[in-house]
Amino acid sequence: MRDATATRRVAAVTGETPVARAVLIAVAVTFLGIVLIFPIIVVFVEAFRNGFAAFLAAFDDPDARAAIRLTLMVAAIAVPLNLVFGLAASWAIAKFDFRGKNILITLIDLPFSVSPVVSGLVYVLLFGAQGLLGPWLKAHGIQIIFALPGIVLATIFVTFPFVARELIPLMQEQGSGEEEAALSLGAGGLRTFLTITLPNVRWGLLYGVLLCNARAMGEFGAVAVVSGHIRGVTTTMPLHVEILYNEYNFVAAFAVASLLALLALVTLAAKSYLEWRYGGAIASAIPRR
Amino acid sequence: MDIRIVDIAKDFGGTGALRGVSLDIRDGELIALLGPSGSGKTTLLRVIAGLEIPSAGQVLFANEDATNLPVQHRRIGFVFQHYALFRHMTVFDNIAYGLRVRPRAEQPSRQEIGQRVEALLDLVQLPGIEKRYPAHLSGGQRQRVALARALAVEPRVLLLDEPLGALDAKVRKDLRRWLRELHDRTGHTTVFVTHDQDEALELADRVAILNEGRVEQIGTPDEVYDTPASPFVMAFVGDTTSMPIELRDGQATFAGKRLMADIIGSVEGQTQLYLRPGDAVLVKPDPDDLAGTVLGVRRTATGRRVHVRLDPTATEIEIEAAASRNVSVGEAVGVRILKGRVFSAA
Repeated sequence: MRDATATRRVAAVTGETPVARAVLIAVAVTFLGIVLIFPIIVVFVEAFRNGFAAFLAAFDDPDARAAIRLTLMVAAIAVPLNLVFGLAASWAIAKFDFRGKNILITLIDLPFSVSPVVSGLVYVLLFGAQGLLGPWLKAHGIQIIFALPGIVLATIFVTFPFVARELIPLMQEQGSGEEEAALSLGAGGLRTFLTITLPNVRWGLLYGVLLCNARAMGEFGAVAVVSGHIRGVTTTMPLHVEILYNEYNFVAAFAVASLLALLALVTLAAKSYLEWRYGGAIASAIPRR
Repeated sequence: MDIRIVDIAKDFGGTGALRGVSLDIRDGELIALLGPSGSGKTTLLRVIAGLEIPSAGQVLFANEDATNLPVQHRRIGFVFQHYALFRHMTVFDNIAYGLRVRPRAEQPSRQEIGQRVEALLDLVQLPGIEKRYPAHLSGGQRQRVALARALAVEPRVLLLDEPLGALDAKVRKDLRRWLRELHDRTGHTTVFVTHDQDEALELADRVAILNEGRVEQIGTPDEVYDTPASPFVMAFVGDTTSMPIELRDGQATFAGKRLMADIIGSVEGQTQLYLRPGDAVLVKPDPDDLAGTVLGVRRTATGRRVHVRLDPTATEIEIEAAASRNVSVGEAVGVRILKGRVFSAA
């Protein structure tokens, strides 16, 4: 109730005319339509241009199946690792004071500000045949670049901030009062983490993981640099789409692309559903003072 | 349980530091740590709890060194200022938490836990709210649930950080009385932190007054109010006003005029006289009394607080007058000092 009156008062103060409001809404909707909605529709239209059978045929291709498998595998490795890292980093940042905390916070944001191509290139320079550690790796028969480990590393790097960025503000807001209460009641550290800390951030964590997963499956730039584009071996779904497109195989390209777009839509839908279904629980996860 | 705090120091490089605090807490007593913000009172409470590790000194629980005992093993009950109830758990689960995290061998059965939670909710006068979540409770209810949760583990000492600080005035008064009754009934050794002198004086058996990381005085409410050990204590536990005087062989003078007041404490030479507003009275202007001019009058619950500038200096003091006395601003009045207190510079 209080929120409603507050909004109304704000609206009265800002007081734009109905015309201005209509124009603003029209601009926003048009912009969204051109930049977001229309392209997504095109993806699906192109995918089904030659009918449903042609659409399905795109997934009969063993290379396409290999790309889907690889993408799933990369996500299955990168996302859990980033979940663990994100939890650890945000726990450390939110609940403890230490030297270099601000540097760590900045570092977590680094992947957002660095071009994905650079992110990939770093690993090539480190682990590639001519790279720093290249000769040593070769001598020990370890293949990182142009293989699964490189793709996973590049993906982890790029999706690094998602979980941590979601959790840090939440954990900072919540403080360590409940953890201290649990400890004072006799609970050990691990028990406190599992019964207090984790449940309190579960929705934020789920958001972070969903976004991290969507990005991990969709990453192109960084992965393109380290993958080497070996068809059916090191091409992930986004790379496969590019290859098909460059071969003028538009229907197949858009069919695989539509699968990626679908993934994005499902992620958004899941996020919205969670917000709607557990809105109260999420809101109550933020302390009221 | 007796608690002895010996020369505790804690340095954060900020406010709330402790600089050598010693305090004996007796078994079963209700003791208040009173002080302004930044005085270190909350830090001291957290040191007792084991939530802060002191940089020097010792904490003894029943004559056993507990300085390095982790908080989980101290068997204390801590009620946090903002209660820190587990927001994702029901009231039942909150209160049962401390029982459920016990090692399996010491864990009560499901049935025992249920009975215990029920008994505690009765004790804090909130029966029937087991299934509610903290977000759906009022401030006073949360406070009492937090207390029940702390009591569930049968603590050896109960530590309360500003237990009534986040509540509004009316609820506060009720809970204050209730808290005292609860203490008398359960007999827990209890330490609570407050910045509210009324709360400390009304609730506690003894009050420890902290200032800038040191204990200024420890005593019963009567002792700290009636025989304050320092100007700080005198000013902090009650209204205090002061004026410069000269003291020679027990004879006080103000601006050359002799004072007929009882002076407690002995100092030679220039010093500051501290008095309660009730320790001076307004009289008709008279050559034998001090002369002053009324600068302002405020109505209080019990009378009038008159702000007077003493001639011929610029000294201003506050005097309590009866509500029936009509005083107007600018009026020339006589002031008679009945008693006051001087402190030798420490």
